[in-house]
Amino acid sequence: MHTLPQQLANGLLLGSMYGLIAIGYTMVYGIVQLINFAHGEIFMTGAFGGLTVYLYVLPDGISMWIALPLMLIGGALVSVLIALGAERFAYRPLRGAPRLAPLITAIGLSLALQQAVFNWYPKAKNDEVFPQIPGGPFHVGSITFGTGDIFLITAAPLCMAALALFVRSSRTGRAMQATAQDPDTAQLMGIDTNRIIMIAFAIGGLFAAVAGIAWGLKYGSIKYEMGFQAGLKAFTAAVLGGIGNIYGAMIGGVVLGLAETMASAYISNVPGMEQLGGSGWANVWAFVLLILVLLFRPQGLVGERVADRA
Amino acid sequence: MRHRSLLILTTVLTTGALTLTACGSRDKKDDNGGGDKKTTVVIGVDAPLTGQNSATGLGIQYGVQIAVDDANAKNLVPGVKFEVKALDDKALPPTGQQNATALVANKDVLGVVGPLNSGVAQTMQQVFATANLVEISPSNTNPTLTQGKDWAAGNKTRPFKTYFRTATTDAIQGGFAADYAVNTLKKKSVFVVDDKQTYGAGLAALFKQGFTKAGGKVAGEDHVNVGDKDFATLVTKIKNSGADLVYYGGQYDEAQIVTKQLKDSGAKLPLFGGDGIYSDTFITTAGKASEGDLATSVGEPVDGLAAAKDFIQKYKDKKYPGDYGTYGGYSYDAATAIIKAIGNVVKDGKVPADARQQIVAEVQKSQFDGIAGKVSFDEFGDTTNKRLTVYQVTNGKWKAVKSGTYDAG
Repeated sequence: MHTLPQQLANGLLLGSMYGLIAIGYTMVYGIVQLINFAHGEIFMTGAFGGLTVYLYVLPDGISMWIALPLMLIGGALVSVLIALGAERFAYRPLRGAPRLAPLITAIGLSLALQQAVFNWYPKAKNDEVFPQIPGGPFHVGSITFGTGDIFLITAAPLCMAALALFVRSSRTGRAMQATAQDPDTAQLMGIDTNRIIMIAFAIGGLFAAVAGIAWGLKYGSIKYEMGFQAGLKAFTAAVLGGIGNIYGAMIGGVVLGLAETMASAYISNVPGMEQLGGSGWANVWAFVLLILVLLFRPQGLVGERVADRA
Repeated sequence: MRHRSLLILTTVLTTGALTLTACGSRDKKDDNGGGDKKTTVVIGVDAPLTGQNSATGLGIQYGVQIAVDDANAKNLVPGVKFEVKALDDKALPPTGQQNATALVANKDVLGVVGPLNSGVAQTMQQVFATANLVEISPSNTNPTLTQGKDWAAGNKTRPFKTYFRTATTDAIQGGFAADYAVNTLKKKSVFVVDDKQTYGAGLAALFKQGFTKAGGKVAGEDHVNVGDKDFATLVTKIKNSGADLVYYGGQYDEAQIVTKQLKDSGAKLPLFGGDGIYSDTFITTAGKASEGDLATSVGEPVDGLAAAKDFIQKYKDKKYPGDYGTYGGYSYDAATAIIKAIGNVVKDGKVPADARQQIVAEVQKSQFDGIAGKVSFDEFGDTTNKRLTVYQVTNGKWKAVKSGTYDAG
């Protein structure tokens, strides 16, 4: 079993990626009870935003150490603007409408964003090569990391800690908690709920941009359709952890990543299960886990049982 | 999950709607063209033109385009003006079948080149066979398409008499690659990965068979999903298996990410694949990680063939998108075979009532020197040109290292 440490690291990395994207689903759901299915595409546009800064804004051959922070800013700018635009123009007009209406809008928006990048971003019809941080691979004991992995494993916990601090201790953060618990009462207490909702979308976009750039650095290429599967998995992670709970998103992501990795690495070694293991079955086991968790803990791993939300 | 089914529904509806509008507008144009003295004959193309595999798919579309332009310029068939109608199958079998139906329904279509993917071909063959419409694939390599599902047991039967191909089969490609891996590269142990698709899984199984027959050992096996991006688990398994070669049965879309993650992890094994990964996109996306990787592809390198010089020049002059390197030459030859057959059937622009049926018979009799080699078909519709080439990535370019034939028996 000497591959175990490496496989655990693989799972943790994949899980951190899911977790970063899942924050966007969970923040928005927690406050407006909307499943923003376009979030996977916001993640994708974040990655393309970062790439645009590198390809078209910065001079050629610039060091990644200077480029990376600027790419993060550029990617974040794009995702946050698109997330805010989606909120303002696609979801806010439907706030009083039946729940199905914004859901369908989200699906439409997701397709529209995907096709927009596909049609108008130069060369986006194929995989776009993403710049890499030079160096690596690094060895820690029997575990090997690439430079993209290092970025992800640093960025994910930092972002999470910052978010936790923000929500717990800042004035806006407490206003967010209040809005999540009871939007009407929060508004009566003088909280500008529209502003809070926009902040929730913006934070989701910000995290999605970090995830998008981490994705490019880790996998080396990005594509217009990358948001679909990643978004679906991140949504699963959010539900697994308990949708509406920011810690749940991160924990759900890591649990999902580890489950996928462990299942595809080891199930085929179990006698009699040879046919059910391997990378091709990763998704099957991920969703088996989701079903099991939902059967026994419908509120998710760390979610609270809330009667009026479903 | 609702998201997904809705997505699929929307896609199906949109594709359906688009196909219908496409038909409508074309018919109208043909009516207007009735005043012209020349009869318009349409050569259909079906290939992935967007998304997955599209670089290679576009190479097919424009390979055919050049053949048709040449035929028109040389007035190869007097009284006939050829047109290309290219439909996008997105590498999805159901879309391929819809496209096949649309092509069959258009009475001006007298032959079709495509598809790229063996899995897509399976859904299209019956549609074309029912309509007696000839279909020549420049790239399908799965043996069952021409030789029936019991071909491996030596019980070959041709399932569809309208289906032909200018590419040779995986039975030869897999064995050829295995032979090269064992005897030239001196590899002893291989980790075999495939994408569970008709082409990928079929090729990987044939490589494995050839590799063990030649005295090599299979260190491990795994299967991936089309569209996967994270192969960390797979890479760890490969590194740990002690294999000195990775064989990948599938397309460049996943292979380029597998090889990148493999090399990023510090492993120094080359990745070996079939014609599905022989694409410039593979090198662009994987970057330095692709250095030393290998691929077999059907035929001789188009760039080195004297007969193909003119073709490549035209492709570059017109700045067509996509990679012509893999199947461009075969697409040109496939279209030419159809055009020549049409020339024997359609005289003075008069299309006989049973033209499609006659054309199938004429294609079967094809016998000419194409730009990628001799074009003729055996009793199963397979090409008689069974040459293959091994390519290796050297300094960021595919370089031919060995050409030859392989005796599958």
